[in-house]
Amino acid sequence: MQGYSFTLAGAELVARGSGALFWPAESLLCVSDLHLGKSERIARRGGSALPPYETRETLSRLDAELEATGARTVICLGDSFDDSAAAEALSAEDKLWVGRLQAGRRWVWIEGNHDPGPVDLGGAHLAALPLSPLTFSHIADPARFGEVSGHYHPKATLKSRGRAVTRACFLIDSDRLIMPAFGTYTGGLRSHHETLSSLMRPEALAVLTGPEPSPMPMPR
Amino acid sequence: MTDLPAPLSGWIAARGWELHPHQRTMLERAGAPATLLIAPTGGGKTLAGFLPTLAELADGPHEGLHTLYISPLKALAADIKRNLRAPVEEAELPIRIEDRTGDTKPTARKRQRADPPHILLTTPESLALLISYPDAPHIFRGLRRVVVDEIHALRASKRGDQLMLALSRLEALCPGLRRVGLSATVQDPAEIAAYLAPQPEPCEVLHADPGPPPQVSMLETEEAPPWSGGGAAYAIPAVLEEVKRHKTTLIFHNTRAQAEIFFHNLWLANDEALPIGIHHGSLAREQREKVEAAMAAGGLRAVVCTGSLDLGIDWGDVDLVIQIGAPKNVARLVQRIGRAEHRYDAPSKALLVPANRWEVIECRAALEAVAEGELDGEPRAGGALDVLCQHMLICAASAPFEASALFEEVRRAGPYRGLTRAAFDDCLDFVATGGYAFRAYDKWQRLMERGGLWQLRDPRAAQRIRMNIGTIQDSDLLKVRMRGRGPALGEVEEAFAATLTPGDTFLIGGRIVRYEGLRDMTVEVSRTASRKPKIAVFGGTKFATSLELSQRVLRLLHGAHDGLPGHTADWIALQAEVSELPEAGKLLVESFPHDGREHLCIYGFAGRNAQQTLGLLLTKRMEETGLAPLGFVATDHATLIWGLDPVMDAAPLFELEGLRHGLETWLAGNAVMKRTFRGIATIAGLIERNTPGARKSGRQATFSSDILYDTLLKYEPDHLLMRITRAQAMRGLVDFSRIEARLMAVSGIETRRLARVSPFAAPLFLEVGKVPVEGAAEERLLAQETERLMQAAGLA
Repeated sequence: MQGYSFTLAGAELVARGSGALFWPAESLLCVSDLHLGKSERIARRGGSALPPYETRETLSRLDAELEATGARTVICLGDSFDDSAAAEALSAEDKLWVGRLQAGRRWVWIEGNHDPGPVDLGGAHLAALPLSPLTFSHIADPARFGEVSGHYHPKATLKSRGRAVTRACFLIDSDRLIMPAFGTYTGGLRSHHETLSSLMRPEALAVLTGPEPSPMPMPR
Repeated sequence: MTDLPAPLSGWIAARGWELHPHQRTMLERAGAPATLLIAPTGGGKTLAGFLPTLAELADGPHEGLHTLYISPLKALAADIKRNLRAPVEEAELPIRIEDRTGDTKPTARKRQRADPPHILLTTPESLALLISYPDAPHIFRGLRRVVVDEIHALRASKRGDQLMLALSRLEALCPGLRRVGLSATVQDPAEIAAYLAPQPEPCEVLHADPGPPPQVSMLETEEAPPWSGGGAAYAIPAVLEEVKRHKTTLIFHNTRAQAEIFFHNLWLANDEALPIGIHHGSLAREQREKVEAAMAAGGLRAVVCTGSLDLGIDWGDVDLVIQIGAPKNVARLVQRIGRAEHRYDAPSKALLVPANRWEVIECRAALEAVAEGELDGEPRAGGALDVLCQHMLICAASAPFEASALFEEVRRAGPYRGLTRAAFDDCLDFVATGGYAFRAYDKWQRLMERGGLWQLRDPRAAQRIRMNIGTIQDSDLLKVRMRGRGPALGEVEEAFAATLTPGDTFLIGGRIVRYEGLRDMTVEVSRTASRKPKIAVFGGTKFATSLELSQRVLRLLHGAHDGLPGHTADWIALQAEVSELPEAGKLLVESFPHDGREHLCIYGFAGRNAQQTLGLLLTKRMEETGLAPLGFVATDHATLIWGLDPVMDAAPLFELEGLRHGLETWLAGNAVMKRTFRGIATIAGLIERNTPGARKSGRQATFSSDILYDTLLKYEPDHLLMRITRAQAMRGLVDFSRIEARLMAVSGIETRRLARVSPFAAPLFLEVGKVPVEGAAEERLLAQETERLMQAAGLA
């Protein structure tokens, strides 16, 4: 899978078509908004019984990314679980899988609004992780510089020759990067939304995920 | 003759009326468990349906609900209420009549449940909602008769399946319930009778006198219709002349977009400012009601409309019906014609206005069919299982049920008479647990079996179930509103809204508006002085030409062109000169560039389903051979494919072995299957369109149903909903045998490489219902376009 290489606060990064971010110098892979256990949470709260396969699908894609990059450090950038109960309700098989992925790696769970507390799985639990020159945090803070965040699940639409293609995307400017959601059962917030427009500089880029991620001016 | 009670017979006599023979027969057969009346529009069908009710209610007091009337249209219920009130009030009958639809106010609904009227006029969806309440037995206590109006229209859709399930439920609540179905003239009365009857009861079919044959012709204009296009703008002066010459004219269109454009052009030419209105399903309710009221009051000289006025609404003095664009279906045309001269003994008068020359041929074919009294029918399979799943939820919302009892009840419904217990149990398992091989939700089941009775695990779920009742699949619609606190103008499809850029203009409700932005899931627009909208409006419903009509068209192309106007004969000649004419023994394939893309046009004349399947198969093969297809559209006669690379020789694409190969496996991934799945998953209750707490703006919490489809395809391809999806999509594919037969019969496939669009291909560009192909072409487009944007922005 190809990637788009760019620099944030001096760090050389790759936005991968899968929606993961790779930092070769640190051998670090960052994924955001996995929302593991989402179907369980919806059913628990009286909603419909969605196909209960999103956790294994998300883990298998994460597995493939680790295989492809050989990353030594993994940062899950918050909302890794749809809620704390969903984390507990993961099947024994899925928990083992997470354990296998963690083996031999430094693993950091950043807290998100869906999963504020620590979970009963290995790895470090942090509110945010400064890793000079970058800071990894779930929700963007306009005051920060060199920040990598998630939370908004940005998506963007490109129109060409009568065809509108909408995909999850990275939003990148000189101050920050907002990551797309990596989880299988996730939607997106259009890049036009005023929250995203006000967070990003006018010259910000959007990088659509997919087989050949390429940058374009952020649609707004 | 069964005696009518004195007040009623007195009222009829005072008007100098006499009952039609079929109305008398309906009275005589009032006790039959099921009766189907087939009568032309204007044949006093509705009164025939209600006479037994009026007679019984005039005879003595009745406690509670007596007759339930169900129609497919809200407007129809309101209209019938108006019409029934005349005899009831003037004959001073002690009868209370009310309607109940999605438009009824909450206070009125509440009162109706506590104290039902004698006659309740409603829709299948509102009825389904009523039976979902725990007090359903109270609401329907005393119910004797059900009248299903326009049953031929309901039968063609899942709404009919839902209604028949509801009627089985009602019959269990009210033993001895009698049913009457009212239908327009159809090809297969016996099938509709079996659909209506509570199994295994018989259902008698009554035929009313069909009345004099309609007077229908093609509108003669000085100017010839254009080569292509759907607007029929050329005919505006001639249509205006006809409007002036008649009291009231209905101007039917096949799509909402065409109705909007025509209405706009009509007003630009309307120098005398004749009162002309527009009516279609995407307009805001207030707007539609205004037009309906003005029409009923005789205040309009013409109404530009679509299928929303197709059914039997009584518009009083309509003396001319104009059909713009070729009628896609003869039965529907005959119904539309019936709108004119709403009187039984006077012939209806109608004019067909072809929008382009292709449609001249289609109109000629339709005229021949009408003259020969040939009607086309659309075969329907057995009752839909997704509808059954929803029905189970509705039953559970009302009261705990026993599985075997519900199974027997469901099998009494005509469309479900062949349902197996295994299929029923599959549906119940899906509704209760999700029905997955991986039993994830045993703790969080939706339905639990306790003491032999199935019930909701969480009774609060009943509210969510009620919010999602119904089988009508509007693709996601967004409200259109004037910026600020302007009124709602109507709705457009989300997919259309996604293609808009601020500043784009489009037509809605007969006016041109400027797109400003999307806010809280509402399309915000402003007024604009622009006279020419840049973008055509939303898609609307696409009708398929019946196969019978398609075949007639092919015959017309080859037979004498006598019946065709000169301009159309010229056009056919031009096609023969520039390219060639489609023939039975050959398959014509054209290849040409247009508007920056390459096109391939295949004239199969196999009907829309088969042409669509052909489009799916060919684009798949093109993708495999690196021809980068972008999408296709299918009509009844042809498939048009566009992509990035030219196809110089299409013959290898048509190798039968290759086409058949992997038909099922690859089919799983295409957009048609995903679209089908989305509808089924919504009806079956897997996707909830409405949840407590309204839809928020651009929320990242909601995700596309395509993701669910892809997940099931990967992890559980044989899940119930996937099986239903395949079965429903395959019904269209059955027609593939026609393509196969055609391919085997042809001597060879020659690709005609042309410099530009051929006369026959041009109309295809305006078809709605385009199917995108996801593949290499999309990536190439993205790469090109992102680079262009970066350069334009000075970033690369």
